[in-house]
This record gives sequence, structure tokens and C-alpha cells, in this order.
Amino acid sequence: MTDILVILEARDGQVRPASLETLGAAQQAARGGAVTALATEKAEIDAAALGAAGADKVLVAGADAHSADGAAATAARVAKELGVGAVFLASTIRGRDLTGRVAALLETGFAADCTALEAGDGLVFTRPIYGGKALTKVKVNGPVAVASLRANHFPPAGRDAAAAVEEVAAEAGKGAVTAISGETGGRPDVAEASKVVAGGRGMGSAEAWSLLEAVADALPGSALGASRAVVDSGWRPHGEQVGQTGKTVSPELYIAAGISGAIQHLAGMSSSKVIVAINKDADAPIFQHASYGIVGDVAEVLPALAEELNKA
Amino acid sequence: MEAIVCVKRVPSTTTRVQVGGDGKSLDPSGVEYILNPYDEFAVEEALKQKEAAGDGSVTAICFGDGAAQKELRTVLAMGADAALLLSSEDAPGADGATTARVLADAIRGRSFDLLFFGKQAVDRDQHGVGPMVATLLGVPCISEVVEFSLADGKVVCQREVEGGRETVEAPLPCAVTCHKGLNEPRFASLKGIMAAKKKPLETQEVAIEAKAVEVLEMVLPPARPAGRIVGEGAAAVPELVDALKNEAKVL
Repeated sequence: MTDILVILEARDGQVRPASLETLGAAQQAARGGAVTALATEKAEIDAAALGAAGADKVLVAGADAHSADGAAATAARVAKELGVGAVFLASTIRGRDLTGRVAALLETGFAADCTALEAGDGLVFTRPIYGGKALTKVKVNGPVAVASLRANHFPPAGRDAAAAVEEVAAEAGKGAVTAISGETGGRPDVAEASKVVAGGRGMGSAEAWSLLEAVADALPGSALGASRAVVDSGWRPHGEQVGQTGKTVSPELYIAAGISGAIQHLAGMSSSKVIVAINKDADAPIFQHASYGIVGDVAEVLPALAEELNKA
Repeated sequence: MEAIVCVKRVPSTTTRVQVGGDGKSLDPSGVEYILNPYDEFAVEEALKQKEAAGDGSVTAICFGDGAAQKELRTVLAMGADAALLLSSEDAPGADGATTARVLADAIRGRSFDLLFFGKQAVDRDQHGVGPMVATLLGVPCISEVVEFSLADGKVVCQREVEGGRETVEAPLPCAVTCHKGLNEPRFASLKGIMAAKKKPLETQEVAIEAKAVEVLEMVLPPARPAGRIVGEGAAAVPELVDALKNEAKVL
């Protein structure tokens, strides 16, 4: 039995879906221990939804803006007050920024971006390394196990339970977010999306991305991705880069168009559930990793795919 | 402007990973090691900020085994003024928290305005060492930065978060972890490589007493189930969509 603190992530006052998955993982790992959720910033708290996801109690610190050092200080103080055995976060960009800070303040170790966990004699975390080319199982030796959990790997608990809500004090930080702007045209981030439509050098030009966008538009909840070659050519922003020096993704569906399948790219996406490869080179390495392949020109196949998906 | 940049020696991203005989670590045979790619952005930004200030120094610090002198020489050749190797044969296998403590202990007592890191090392991919070192030192940290500016003793950075960009401000001294897109790292010139040979590279032996995280096992990911070529060209699309819907059930 382990009491666990989950640090919630909120944006625009809304708790992010990745945090609900983290609550589900915590509920499973606690094995009867209490799961406490902490909102370090002001957020709309839906006690029923958070309870259903796995929170027994929700603490709201309510800082006005996100300050990473402030949030870490609040979380460490609450973790000590509650005497928890573990602190979990979603392995988002804010989450992984907090992970090391919280471990520092709790004088312990951390396991980042975990994809599985076992709760037996202590918590054992599975985490990919070398961009997903290998998996390690690790145990945190310190007094509290601090771990961040990757999106799309842990289901929310789906319980019929509401969480009790309490207010707590927020700690101040030296650094603070002063502005935030969106720029992905309403699509989810490639690291969090359940479906990814990605293009490589074989797309031929930046303009050809309209073909990928048409496919993405036909797949609700999908994000755009790109290979390193494409990002280095300036065709796409580096926030879309998938691979060992980009983002690691594990969506349900990954469509790779005009991507040959360099080892660094494969490392970043080969844990996707279903991989579709479209490439005119039948010998491209990507086909050895694909669930389904079409040998053909992306300029012909992608418009047909968008049309067929819109029919479906 | 005093800057410290923390760097790491990592296996090249082209490495075909094999598990070593202990079942817990990388088999190092045939592996080529490089300066962590994200650390190049950190080194570049440190050099740029020193150049913009017109005075100061850039010191590179690496926690690594003896062979990591090679990566520190690279950083010196890029333009850093001095380097410190915190040497331990246990360094390549050390976890993020242990690494952060070793670095923080070495930095504590040194004066600096800016402390730079790569946003992640491409071996353990944790993204945690920079923020942890900063927290141990009690300085603010802005992570995964794609735009950096410094004015009136205040650092203003932009970082990419899921679906947007954040602007973050923090006072000096401040730590920053650097992302691709922040700058274009310079190559070491021949002159730089020659000059690097004469620059100070100090080695301090460090002892690791206890690991913060224990690796129990390392395995290769399970092989993917064999797939199939559905067909050629646009004519194969209906069968593909049918398979995605009725076989794979992802639509």
C-alpha cells in the first residue's frame, strides 16, 4: 500500500487529459493507499471527473500563473505533509520540467517518461532509453519515488467516485510564465495525439503538406508529425519532429508518408500500435516496421486516402 | 558574463543498441560516442551570450568517464575557455538524480550568471538533470528553451509546450536547458581545435556512494508483429482503410 501524490497539469484553467491517465496509474499503483491530486495553479476542478479518474482527494493551491519552481516547492511541501511514498506527474513538457525539481526538494531519485509500472514489493517503473531502442526497469532508492508517466500508456481509473476538494497554500517561485500562445491550428501535440500523420523527405516539398493536412482533417484527434530531414530543411516546425532527437510518440495509428525509416526516426515511433507506411521505394526500411504498407507515390495515395477516410 | 555549460558524452544516435552481459546496461562494443546533440545548442548559447556581453568566460563541466575528455576538447575547440571533467567509471551508468547531485556539488561555490544544459541527454532521455541541478543550487531554471534573451538582469525565454509557446521570465543567476531551434551551433574551426589543446582541462575524481535509481534490467523492445504490403498506388487505399477499420480497429 502506497500513498501517492499526483501533480495535475492545467492549461487555460482546464486539467489536461494526460493528468487523468496519471491518476489512473496512481490508483492502480497505490493498491489501497490514498491518491491525492494537487492543482498547483488555478484550475476548474471537476471533483466527479477527477474522482472517476482515480483521485481520492484534490488539493487546490491556486497560484495565478505557472511557476515551475513555485509549483515544485508547493508539491514537495504537500508531499512531505502527507508523507506519501510516491509523486507522479504526466510526462508532458511541464511535467518533465517539474520531475527533477521535485526529486531535488524531496532528496530522492526520479524515473522520467515511464511507460509501465508494477506495484509489488515497491514500485518498479519501465522506461524507454536511447530514444526507445531499449527498455529499462528501474526502482527509485530514495524515500519517495518521483516518476513521470508517458501519455497514451495508462488508462484513467473509470471509477464511480467523487473526490473531496480542499484548498492549500501556494509557494512562490522565482521564474514564472508570463504569456502563452497557441500555434498548432487546433490540432493536439504530436506527443499526445491518438493518431499521427507524418511526412518525410519523400513528400517532395513543404507545399505537399496540404495532402497530409487533408488526411489529418479526416482523422479526428490527429496530429501532424515530421522526420528530422524535413525539419532540418525548414519545411516544418521542429515541434513536429518525431525521432530520437525529436519527440517519442506511441499513438494508436501512425501514418508515415514519404518517410524512409532512419534508425533515429524508428526509435521515436516504433511503439505505435498500428503503423501505416506509404513510400514509392518498396525497399524502404519503414516497410519492415509497418503493420500495413502501400508502395506508391504520396501525391496519388494521400488524396485517395483522405477521400476514402471521409467516406468511412 | 560568467557562464557554465554542463555537457555529456553519449552513444551516437546511429547506435544499434545491444544489451551488455550484465543484462542492465548498453554493450559498449563498437559504439561511437559523441557530444550530446542538445548540448551543442547549450554550448553555442553560452558562447553567444559571452560574446554579446563582451567579457566573461565559458566553463564546460562534464560528469563522465576518462574518455569524456574527447567531448570536453570538442567544447573547448568550439570556444569554451576552460573545462572540468568530474571523472568516475560509474558515470556512464549513473541515473539523472545522481548525475545532478555530482554536478551541483561541483558548481556550488563557483560564481555564474548563466548555467546552460542540453534539454535532455539522448541516452537516458530524462529531461531532468538541468532542472534538478538548478533546484539543488537554489536558482531558477527555464527548460526546453527555443528563444533566449537577456535584458536588465532578467532572462526572458520562449519554450514550446504541447500545442503552444510559453514565455517565461526569471532573474539572474538562472539555468536554461536548450532545445533544437534555439541557435545554429558553430563547428570547431581548425584554429579552434589547435587552441583547445592549450586550454585548461582539469580532471577531478568523484566517488559515487549510492545510486538514487537502480536499474533492475535492460531489454530490447519486443519485435513488432509482421505486417503486410496492402498493394500499390491509390488502388490499394480502399483495402487499407478497410483493414484499419475492421482488422486493426483503429478508426
